[in-house]
Amino acid sequence: MVEFWWTYIWPVIWILLQILAIVVPLLVGVAYLTYAERKVIAAMHLRRGPNVVGVYGLLQPIADGMKLFFKETVIPSGANRIVFVMAPMITFSLALVAWAVIPLGDGLVVADINVGILYLFAISSLGVYGVLMAGWASNSKYAFLGALRSAAQMVSYEISMGFIIITVLIVAGSLNLSDIVNAQKESVWFIIPLFPMAVIFFISTLAETNRHPFDLPEAEAELVAGYFVEYSSMTFALFFLGEYANMILMAGMTTILFFGGWLPPFDIAPFNWLPGPIWFIIKMCMLLFIFLWVRATFPRYRYDQLMRLGWKVFLPISLAAVVIVGGVVLAFDISPLANAAASK
Amino acid sequence: MIIQGLAFYMFAAITVAAGVMVISARNPVHSVLFLILAFFNSAGLFVLMGAEFLAMILVVVYVGAVAVLFMFVVMMLDISLAEMRAGFLQYLPLGAMIGFVLVMELGIIGGSWVIADNVDKNFVAPIVAMKTTNTEALGNMLYTHYVYYFQAAGMILLVAMIGAIVLTHRKRPDARKQNIGDQVSRHPSDTLEIKKVSSGSGV
Amino acid sequence: MENLLVEYLPILIFIGLAVGLAVIIPIASLIIVPQKPDAEKLSAYECGFDAFEDARIKFDVRFYLVAILFIIFDLEVAFLFPWAVSLGTIGVFGFWSMVVFLGILTVGFIYEWRKGALEWE
Repeated sequence: MVEFWWTYIWPVIWILLQILAIVVPLLVGVAYLTYAERKVIAAMHLRRGPNVVGVYGLLQPIADGMKLFFKETVIPSGANRIVFVMAPMITFSLALVAWAVIPLGDGLVVADINVGILYLFAISSLGVYGVLMAGWASNSKYAFLGALRSAAQMVSYEISMGFIIITVLIVAGSLNLSDIVNAQKESVWFIIPLFPMAVIFFISTLAETNRHPFDLPEAEAELVAGYFVEYSSMTFALFFLGEYANMILMAGMTTILFFGGWLPPFDIAPFNWLPGPIWFIIKMCMLLFIFLWVRATFPRYRYDQLMRLGWKVFLPISLAAVVIVGGVVLAFDISPLANAAASK
Repeated sequence: MIIQGLAFYMFAAITVAAGVMVISARNPVHSVLFLILAFFNSAGLFVLMGAEFLAMILVVVYVGAVAVLFMFVVMMLDISLAEMRAGFLQYLPLGAMIGFVLVMELGIIGGSWVIADNVDKNFVAPIVAMKTTNTEALGNMLYTHYVYYFQAAGMILLVAMIGAIVLTHRKRPDARKQNIGDQVSRHPSDTLEIKKVSSGSGV
Repeated sequence: MENLLVEYLPILIFIGLAVGLAVIIPIASLIIVPQKPDAEKLSAYECGFDAFEDARIKFDVRFYLVAILFIIFDLEVAFLFPWAVSLGTIGVFGFWSMVVFLGILTVGFIYEWRKGALEWE
C-alpha cells in the first residue's frame, strides 16, 4: 500500500500541485492584465482609469469577475446549444494547456518534452476552433462574419509565425524550449542576430491574438463584438480569460524564442541576483506593455490591408529568411549541432 | 506501465467511438468535431509509441489545417441533409467494398502476427534504441536519403496549390483595388497646386 | 522510451484539469444564478430588429482558397521542422535539397501572386 502511494498517487499529486502553481498565478495575472490595460490606456489618454473599487481601483478585476459570474447565461434560441457552450470552453482550456511546456526557469517546467516548440505551435493553431465554433453556433450574422474574418486572419499569420520559428530552430538546433533558452545563454539573445524576425513575429502574435490593430474580428464599429456578440455571463468571461491568457502565452513564447527566457540580460553581479522566473516575468510584462501601447496608438487595419500584410509581405520575407539563415549558419559552420558534436 | 496501458485503452476507445460518431452524427458540423476528437486521440496513440514528432505534426496539419478547411466547408455551405441521406444507399456498395478491403488488410497484419511469432520484432518501434530524438532521426534521413520522394512531395503540393487557384479563383473586373505602389510614389507636386487667392475675388 | 512518456503524463493531467475547470466554471454560474429566459432575450442580436434570415449563408469562395493555401504552407512548415534541427548533420546536400523543395513551392507562390489570388477587394 505504501509502495502504491509512493509510485502512483504521490507523483500525480505532485504534478497537480505544479500545474496549480502555474494556473492560479496565470488566472490572477489575466485578471490584472485587464486592469493594467485599462490603467495604461487611460494614462495614455490622460484619463484616470478604474479608481473606485479598492485602492487605486485594484479590486476592479475581482468586481468585474463577480459581476460576470452572477449574470444570467443567455443561450440564443436559434443557436446550436452544445457547440455554443463548447466554444468558450475550448478557447479557455487551450490557453491554459499550452503552459504545460513553458520553462519559467532553469528546469522549472511541468513537462519538459522534446518537441516543446512544436507543441506550442500545435496548440496555437487550434485557437481558430473556438472562434469558428462560436461564430457558427450563435446563428447571428455579426458573429458569423466575425468568425469568418478571424479564422482567415489567424491562419494567414500562423504561416509566417511558423517560418520564423524555423529560423530560430536553425540557430538553436533543438525543438526543446529549455534547450532553446540555453543556446541563448551560450551565445547571445536571438533578438540580436534575428532582429527583423523578432519584429515580424511580434506583429504576427498581435494578429494571432486578434489584438489591435488587427482586431477586425471584433471591430466594434461594424460587427458590435464579432464572434462573441451572443455570449453572456461566464461563457463570455471564458472567452475573455482565454484571449488574455493567450496574450500572456504569446508574450512568453516571444520571450523564450528571442529574449533569452529566464536569463538575466548580463550574467554579472547585480543582474544575476534575481532568480530566473522573476526575469522571465519582467520580460513578459515588458512585452505585454507593448501590446497595450500598440492598442492605444494605432488605428485599425482594413481587411484587405491585413491580408496583404500577411500574405504579400510577411510570408515572402520570412520564407526568404529561412533560406538565408540556413545558408549563413551552414556557410560559416556555426551550426549548433556540429559544434555540439565537435565538443563531445 | 499500468498507466501506459490505461492510456492506450482510453485513447483507442475514444478514437474508435469518435470514428463511429463521425459517420453517424446527423449534423455535419458535429461530424467534423468528432473527427477532430479522433485525430487528437490518434496523436495520443502516436505519443504512446514514442513518435512524438508525428503526434505533433498530426495535430498541426490535420487538426490545425485540414479540419479547419472541413469546418469551413460544412459550416458555411448550407448542405441539405436530406440530399446527403439520399446518396447514402447509392454509395453503400462502394463504401462497403473499401471497408471490406481495409478489414482484410488488418486481418492479414493481425493474422501474421499470430501465425509467425518471429515477426513481432518488426512491431517494436526502431526509434527506441537510438540516442537522438525522433525529429532529428527523421531529419537525418528525409532530406538526403529520400531526396526524390521529398521533391515529389514538393511537386504534389505545387499541383495542389495551382489546382486550388484554377478551381476557385475568379477575377472580378468591377472591383476597385488599392495600389500601394501608386500611392507611395504619388508626389504632392503632381496633384496639388497652390494658388495665391486675393481676398474677395474668388479663384 | 519510458522517460519520454513520463514527460507526457503531466500534459495529460494538465489537459484534464484545464477542461475540467472550463466545464465547471460556466456550469456553476448556470446553476447558482437564477435564469429567466424569454423570447426577446433569446433572439439573435441584430441591433433591435428581428433577424431577417438564417445567419448561415453562403459566402465568398476566397475564404476557402485561403484555407487551402494555408494547408499547403502549413505542410511546408511541417517539412521544415526536422530540417532545421538536423541541418548540421545533413550538411550542404540537405540544404540544397530543401532549397529546391522551397523553390518548387515558390513557383506556386509566384503563380498565385500573379493570378491575383492574394488580392482582396
